[in-house]
Amino acid sequence: MKPNDSRIATIQVLYFARLREVFGRDRERVELPGHVRDVAGLTAWLRSRGDVWERELASGKPVRIAVNQDMAAADTPVGNGDEVAFFPPVTGG
Amino acid sequence: MAVRVQTEDFDVGAEMVAMRHGNAKIGAIASFVGVVRDLNEGADVAEMTLEHYPGMTEKALEKIVAEARARWDICDALVVHRVGTLKPTDQIVLVVVASGHRGEAFQACEFLMDYLKTRAPFWKKEKTAEGARWVDARTADDTAADRWS
Repeated sequence: MKPNDSRIATIQVLYFARLREVFGRDRERVELPGHVRDVAGLTAWLRSRGDVWERELASGKPVRIAVNQDMAAADTPVGNGDEVAFFPPVTGG
Repeated sequence: MAVRVQTEDFDVGAEMVAMRHGNAKIGAIASFVGVVRDLNEGADVAEMTLEHYPGMTEKALEKIVAEARARWDICDALVVHRVGTLKPTDQIVLVVVASGHRGEAFQACEFLMDYLKTRAPFWKKEKTAEGARWVDARTADDTAADRWS
């Protein structure tokens, strides 16, 4: 979004497995502050909630993130209507 | 080519018969079945629950199957993964690959399992005598997947 864009970006955030339990929720709708434009920005913003958020999303923690159901990287863009999921490394099979 | 995520058990023989039915190009079928063990990391496992990410799971599995198709000349492939609560000796995952010759079937089958273990969004939680615990990802699984890149 451009800085002067007044639209509010709303995204759906999902949490799975251990993170779902620790955060006490499996999903939430959040309105993004204007400065959040990518996965790294979103993670830092969630981390600023403090407590378990700060601890579980600290850099170096093995957290995987998907945007619209595709594995994402720190610089993957996040914007209005996106579905972003946070989860631990997978253990299926 | 098909992927399925389900709570019900599967019948390996029936799936293999269905795959080769009417396809005379198939000369080899390789399969892998993963089974729940009663021991992990030194603790007795009474049961385990598998969680997944509905929507992304199917998408990720389809992507893995497409990748196998691009790498090997295979006639058909099937991935079935169970979710929900499972007990030791229960079947958990099935991969079946059909091809003209055995080499492709064996390799694609192993590749599908290695990629599934590291890329499909499933998580295991075990119930042991000491309580419930989430299973940690293993570096050995990453190493196994890396050898295909």
